[in-house]
Amino acid sequence: MSGSNAEGADEATRTGFDAWIDALDAGEGYYLESPCGHGSLPPRRVCPECGSTDLTERPLPETGTVETFTVVSVPTPTFAEDAPYVTAIASFGPIRLTGVLRGVEPDDDVIDLGLDVTVGVERRETDDERMVVFRPA
Amino acid sequence: MTEVRIAGVGLTRFGRHPDRTGRDLFAEAALRAFEDAEVPRADVEGLNYGNFIGALAEGQGHQAPLMAEAAGLRCPATRYEEACASAGVAVREAVRTVRSGEADVVLAGGMERMTHVDTPTTTRGLATAADDLFEVRSGVTFPGAYALMARAYFDAFGGDRTDLAHIASKNHANAVDNEYAQYRREITVEEALDSPPVATPLHLFDACPITDGASAVVIVSEAYAEEHGLDAPVAVTGTGQGTDRMALGDRESLTETPAARDAATAAYEEAGIGPEDVDCAEVHDCFTIAEVLAIESLGFAAPGEGIRAAREGFTTADGDLPVNLSGGLKAKGHPVGATGAAQIAELVRLLRGDHPNSEHVDDATTAIAHNAGGTVASAVVHVLEVAE
Repeated sequence: MSGSNAEGADEATRTGFDAWIDALDAGEGYYLESPCGHGSLPPRRVCPECGSTDLTERPLPETGTVETFTVVSVPTPTFAEDAPYVTAIASFGPIRLTGVLRGVEPDDDVIDLGLDVTVGVERRETDDERMVVFRPA
Repeated sequence: MTEVRIAGVGLTRFGRHPDRTGRDLFAEAALRAFEDAEVPRADVEGLNYGNFIGALAEGQGHQAPLMAEAAGLRCPATRYEEACASAGVAVREAVRTVRSGEADVVLAGGMERMTHVDTPTTTRGLATAADDLFEVRSGVTFPGAYALMARAYFDAFGGDRTDLAHIASKNHANAVDNEYAQYRREITVEEALDSPPVATPLHLFDACPITDGASAVVIVSEAYAEEHGLDAPVAVTGTGQGTDRMALGDRESLTETPAARDAATAAYEEAGIGPEDVDCAEVHDCFTIAEVLAIESLGFAAPGEGIRAAREGFTTADGDLPVNLSGGLKAKGHPVGATGAAQIAELVRLLRGDHPNSEHVDDATTAIAHNAGGTVASAVVHVLEVAE
């Protein structure tokens, strides 16, 4: 059970994503780069910006920068026990990641845009599924 | 190219109908549209039907033939799904079919039923409009996605929750006289500000409600309208559609919706008009910040300036450009798969002069509808003009 939208979906459709999460979990997170320098996230065969199929794995920068965030108090069922929680979008070089920001109070007044964060994999409180998590660098 | 008219429109009351089936809701809207159009059902050559989460919320897929049957139609029936833009796409494809000469009469509309399931289930269903792998698994909800855009917008351009509260208050005021609206009551800016947080900086009164309802519009060729002596004064003179990267984080800007801009550019070009020619607009205000992004994409405000439009009175009922005179998604309600066609229905009523709020736009000849899916990875824009 994925615990995402696709409850009951064939796990085989997720192996490309799972491989990426495994790598991130092992401290070897990566993105895909086209010859033009566009970044994107796997699983992917074609660069969505330039159309190149020549995609190379590049290591994620060690820290990213929070560009926006929200404190969510009305969650989907799979985040029921996690709420309130913070979801943020952070830039890591040429790509952005969307993840749950931990290690801060879920409070608008204490979180600053521009916060430097690291990225890793942690588990949801609700159902123990893995997810992308940021923590203050 | 064949010119396209809207012969009739039909809506159900938007709101809570947990004890009614989806097929009954759609049948009500469709029959009302046929009555309004004075077009016999036997003349309909296609049904374009919008629905988003019926398979999840009702356990019912394959809804197009079901709805054709419910509406008394025997014609090819197709379901369109682009999240909240489903019915907008259904209308657009009907317009294109009639324009091409392939059909003279197409019924376009949609239906959504959501209030009979609990809020977590609905939240999960609506979240399927976001990228499952890279957004939903990171806790992105539908309000959360727009909240991420709202905070980025505030950071880039300024603006605050009070600006957004003015949009909610404006749209509630517009819904008071609309017999089809879910919330026919005014709210003050203070009430909106004091409502509980959902996904900061967005609070409950920044969000559209969860709604059941259906919509239908009878789209005909000008030749058919003339031949049958129909009273169909409103023409669809422009249609456009845009697509963007699915995940918000993959977009170049977190504060703009280029899919809507592309859709608008195409629709304006087809109609041979510009933003300055538009008298009123129905835009996709699923959240207050969405109305801001919409009016900027449509060219009514420069990037960073749309946030003040409601507060300064530009988009209020008595302003230069009334936006969401129906009450918008915010107060009229948002039966997701029905919304795009419902916007068209409301504009037709406004332009014909038979909408409770027509008095605010009594000289109006040109209107625009903006319907968006997800965080505007999909957008559809239509230009309507009074042709006679």
